Amino acid sequence: MVEWTECERATIKDIFAKLDYDSVGPAALSRCLVVYPWTQRYFSKFGNLYNAAAIMGNPNVAKHGKIILHDLERGVKNMDNLKETYADLSVLHSEKLHVDPDNFKLISDCLTIVVASRMGKAFTGEVQAALQKFLAVVVSSLGRQYH
Amino acid sequence: MTSLTAKDKEAVKAIWAIVSGKKDDIGTDAVARMLTVYPQTRTYFSHWKDLSPTSPAVRKHGVTVMAGVADAVSKIDDLKGGLLALSELHAFTLRVDPANFKILSHCILVVMAIMFPKEFTPEIHVAMDKFLAAVALALAEKYR
Repeated sequence: MVEWTECERATIKDIFAKLDYDSVGPAALSRCLVVYPWTQRYFSKFGNLYNAAAIMGNPNVAKHGKIILHDLERGVKNMDNLKETYADLSVLHSEKLHVDPDNFKLISDCLTIVVASRMGKAFTGEVQAALQKFLAVVVSSLGRQYH
Repeated sequence: MTSLTAKDKEAVKAIWAIVSGKKDDIGTDAVARMLTVYPQTRTYFSHWKDLSPTSPAVRKHGVTVMAGVADAVSKIDDLKGGLLALSELHAFTLRVDPANFKILSHCILVVMAIMFPKEFTPEIHVAMDKFLAAVALALAEKYR
């Protein structure tokens, strides 16, 4: 079981309360597809991913980015139960989507960078530590059902 | 990993021109952040009295690291040759586990995103990530 301090809980809720999901989600996913281009392998049906401009402007990428952020919100609401919260998504990513779980860390890093750019100086070391811990547990939960 | 393309080098030089004036602040924040977010890195600094973000030792080290990064930008066409002395230092004296280079690189990128949100576009991000990875590789060159 993951243990969260009161400070960590408050920090995570605060980060997500202030985030514009519909902007941050697309920004994080499109950044991931640009910075780690091999991740594009999972989005061959998304249309034009030919260059950074195409990726940033792709409506399918934007839509999927929003879905990812809204799904993260479920985790924020269930911090003591992340394993169960993401069990179905884990099966989906493993059995149907066949996503290498190492990729979860890549999008996680991109999300950290996007949140940092939005929060500015408010993104202190402590805030970063809490966010990275939360994302690491989500990533671990998503990888749990792989076999 | 891949070597730096001409496009990567141009992007690195372009963003460096914008951020280099603040490199001391970037370095200080990156080191301070690393010690907070990745507590295992504190093991390399057990000789410091004060590991808090505002400590003079943290600032001094941040400045040192970014001076190294500045040097690497100027030697971007031959990082292995240009950073030979630093590689020997890290291999024989400091013996920092190379996994930590990735950690510090990530912290540098986070600080750049905080301080330069508009300029730190995805294209600049990928070029800087590749560059810092290449610097890390050059630093680890003499390890074994």
